[in-house]
Amino acid sequence: MFVLKCPFCQEAREEEEFAYGGEAFIARPDDPDKTDDAAWGDYLFMRKNPKGWHWEMWSHATGCRKFFVVKRHTATHAIAGAWTLAEGRKVYDAEGGAA
Amino acid sequence: MKKDYSVWSLFRQGLAHNEGWDPAWRSAEPKPSYDVVIVGGGGHGLATAYYLAKVHGVRNIAVVEKGYLGGGNTARNTTIVRSNYLWDEAALLYEHALKLWEGLTEDINFNVMFSQRGVFNLGHTLQDMRDIERRVNANNLNGIDAMALTAAEVKQRIPLIDISKSARYPILGASFQPRGGVARHDAVAWGFARAASRHGVDIIENCEVTAMDIADGRIKGLETTRGPIKAEKVGCVAAGHSSVLARMAGIRMPIESHPLQAFVSESLKPVLDTVVMSNAVHGYLSQSDKGELVIGAGIDHFNSYAQRGSPHVIEHTAAAIIELFPMFSRVRMNRQWGGIVDTTPDACPIISKTKVRGLYFNCGWGTGGFKATPGSGHVFAHTIAHDQPHPLNVAFDLNRFHTGHLIDEHGAAGVAH
Repeated sequence: MFVLKCPFCQEAREEEEFAYGGEAFIARPDDPDKTDDAAWGDYLFMRKNPKGWHWEMWSHATGCRKFFVVKRHTATHAIAGAWTLAEGRKVYDAEGGAA
Repeated sequence: MKKDYSVWSLFRQGLAHNEGWDPAWRSAEPKPSYDVVIVGGGGHGLATAYYLAKVHGVRNIAVVEKGYLGGGNTARNTTIVRSNYLWDEAALLYEHALKLWEGLTEDINFNVMFSQRGVFNLGHTLQDMRDIERRVNANNLNGIDAMALTAAEVKQRIPLIDISKSARYPILGASFQPRGGVARHDAVAWGFARAASRHGVDIIENCEVTAMDIADGRIKGLETTRGPIKAEKVGCVAAGHSSVLARMAGIRMPIESHPLQAFVSESLKPVLDTVVMSNAVHGYLSQSDKGELVIGAGIDHFNSYAQRGSPHVIEHTAAAIIELFPMFSRVRMNRQWGGIVDTTPDACPIISKTKVRGLYFNCGWGTGGFKATPGSGHVFAHTIAHDQPHPLNVAFDLNRFHTGHLIDEHGAAGVAH
């Protein structure tokens, strides 16, 4: 259990207020009709699941209900920060996360 | 070759003050090369090594374990064994395991205390009862013992259970598998370790794999914290850490790792002689031979490799248990443990070859791998020895996430997630 800060509400609240949304920044293939099974299966099911820093989505389920991104360490539960999806994407890309 | 355990050896050792026992297994030093290296010394890994040696005659096998034997999920789970799964593929795999459980103590000459005390899966809604009816019929068609019981019949078998209509989630009935039950989990780890060791398998503890040596699309060996080990074939059975190993080989896995908790109460006099599970209130429990209530919880929903779960999950589980058994509200809990489980999108395992020749994965058992231990090891040994899946694990190939042939056991099989 940990405390997350919702970037919309600007409030630090206990994890139970939030719902986990899984790995962040998984791009949906632009044209599903032209996507082969391998790429579609990768998109649907394959996950990084790192032991270390993980970019993930959370929803402030019992608050503003908006989704945001968190960078959290999966072995220590340390939290590097929480951003709106757009702001988080910039930090993620600057780290080379999409590579 | 160590001597068999028997009533007579127990008697003799008793007279000799139990000073003549040999260690149950050899803790080995790594050799430079092996025919097969199994990564992960849990129940499934040790069972794989045992069946590779016994059934397939492979002689040069090592099991590398990053911690100590029996220190992981194998010896810290809620010990439930059952095979009442809905879909044919899953039902046949788990039933294969259940049949091996029935002869396991004799087979490995180690008392795994397999006790077929029956497993109840409770239904709390009309839809639960329809699903139970369907699953019981599917089980019967697959030759698996199962029956649907009314609430009164449940109460007759489990006098302490609360079937009152005033309950928040009233119990309407249950499915019952008489051949299900529990086994002593540490005995499973030790028993398979001893049996594998007797067949010459090297069990290497405190040996963590740090990299894989892959050339020309083929596995050549492993880098470990105890030096490099060459290997013809490598089988990875690393539960929660499967994604970490797969990444070393450049393989993507549809797995997410989550903490799963179990906890154990103080010892009570015998009060519960069977296994009770409920998906709706989400808890499962049995009573150990020592008298402790062994209670299972749900997973934490976020990805984690921290071997601890959240307190609020314990709270939810305790609430579920008290909902079923109000009299346990004052029982104190003794120990709690969180392990990392590898969940897949369809709640079914992956027992598969990979794109790297000679590299095999057995993972994705999620929250319910213990019940499959012997069956999993048996079919995985076949997969490694023949470079071909056993008929029972063809459907559990990694490629099902690309072909779309998922085996959707989520919620369908009394799978408590």
